[in-house]
Amino acid sequence: MWVEAEPPQWSIYTRGQTDMERSSSSLWRKIRSRYNLVGNACENCNTPYFPQRIVCRKCGRKSRMVEKIYSGNGEVYSITKIRTPPDTFRDEAPYYIGIVKLDDGPKVEGHIIENGTEPKIGTRVRIRFRRMYVDGDEGLIYYHYKFEPV
Amino acid sequence: MTAGIVGYGVHIPIYRIRVEDIARVWNEDAESIKKGLGIKEKSVPGRDEDAATIAVEAARRAVRHAGIDAHSIGAIYVGSESHPYAVKPTATIVSAALEAGNRLMAADLEFACKAGTAGLQMVMGLIDSGMIKYGMSIGSDTSQGRPGDALEYTASAGGGAFILGREKNEIIADIIKTVSFTSDTPDFWRREGAGFPSHGGRFTGEPGYFRHIVHATKMLFEETGFKNSDFDYAVFHQPNGKFPIGVAAQLGFTDAQIKNGLLTPIIGNTYSGASMIGLAATLDVARPGQKILVTSFGSGAGSDSFAIEVTDNIESKRKNLEKVMDIVNKDRTYIDYSVYLKNRNSIRKT
Ligand SMILES: [Zn+2]
Repeated sequence: MWVEAEPPQWSIYTRGQTDMERSSSSLWRKIRSRYNLVGNACENCNTPYFPQRIVCRKCGRKSRMVEKIYSGNGEVYSITKIRTPPDTFRDEAPYYIGIVKLDDGPKVEGHIIENGTEPKIGTRVRIRFRRMYVDGDEGLIYYHYKFEPV
Repeated sequence: MTAGIVGYGVHIPIYRIRVEDIARVWNEDAESIKKGLGIKEKSVPGRDEDAATIAVEAARRAVRHAGIDAHSIGAIYVGSESHPYAVKPTATIVSAALEAGNRLMAADLEFACKAGTAGLQMVMGLIDSGMIKYGMSIGSDTSQGRPGDALEYTASAGGGAFILGREKNEIIADIIKTVSFTSDTPDFWRREGAGFPSHGGRFTGEPGYFRHIVHATKMLFEETGFKNSDFDYAVFHQPNGKFPIGVAAQLGFTDAQIKNGLLTPIIGNTYSGASMIGLAATLDVARPGQKILVTSFGSGAGSDSFAIEVTDNIESKRKNLEKVMDIVNKDRTYIDYSVYLKNRNSIRKT
């Protein structure tokens, strides 16, 4: 079962890692939810979320949230081919970003790897661990989940 | 020994470049190179892959195969000569990506192509001494050959991860014995900051690869009482397709014993990954009771030799296994030399 996704935070995918991202403390706080689909779900109505929410959107404070790590298996729900990328992904274009409807969780956004077959709406995908962005020659390497057609 | 293999996983990038495509650029004869090196193509990492991402993919497959909770892993060692950072461990990236928790021993290792098997020996010691319940060693590399150098035809990308444990009902293969042969040999090196490794050319073969593998393997024979014919399979480090066949012949092994674990002709030399991927491909087909010899080699130089015996658990555990040949064949995508340069960040948009 899946429900309405969190509002997509397209910024990091379409504009590249923003200046805000270029700090190791900011990266450190987000590592778990970048390496894996670490979300949470409402104990009362089971609504799954990613990224994590402090309270359930439906039940509010009367319920408790429990951590959930989603498998990363799912289906492409919407997809865009980026031909005019932000500077940070300049050499990667064209590439795909999209929303994936997880089998065991909500809809999540992410890069979709092209592995020989062009990913389309309905394509089955699984999670992969990849580099998202490298900060010059001396900065950090930002690793992130991506999706890959099965 | 108590420690045995409870799970393993491999990752090989989908991209391949053929010997012909490299030879064309340097005006060399592809047929004689293919014959001389015993290789027809090599794997190339995607632009968003490095030794850490390859280690993570292999490690995740190993955890699924073992069927254990990643939190119960007590030690993670990652062997590579292409760690993404000069300072900042790959092992911590792997531990976070596995959700292995923080109660964990971890370190990066470097010993040219044998750092992964060196990690296996460390994990064996920790398990046999009772310090940890499960430990993981990974060999992973995105190695590079200097453009125009012979190594450019073979230096490839891939990794293998092995989880060792001590519960009899979980072990798919017992490690009966391991022994190493080590000496200071300047056959291959890379200085800090240098983009490509250097090597001693013809010097690398006899005093490096052959001497160390032969000595380590013979020491293993002496200390176990086994001989070549006691093993159903043998896996040797494979910097190209020729050396492992040559060393196998010197030690009296047949082509049939080594063919399952010989991947270099179709994926290239995955460096720290090579012996581990060879062992994984052999375990993919091995039956209970069969014996496997593995002898790795790392320039600099050293060889780790292992005598391994497959247990009855191997068959039932295959339900969560992704086999090496399936990974090698899935989504294989051929690229030419210019895309190869782009994947290595050698050319960029201006
Ligand atoms: Zn709720």
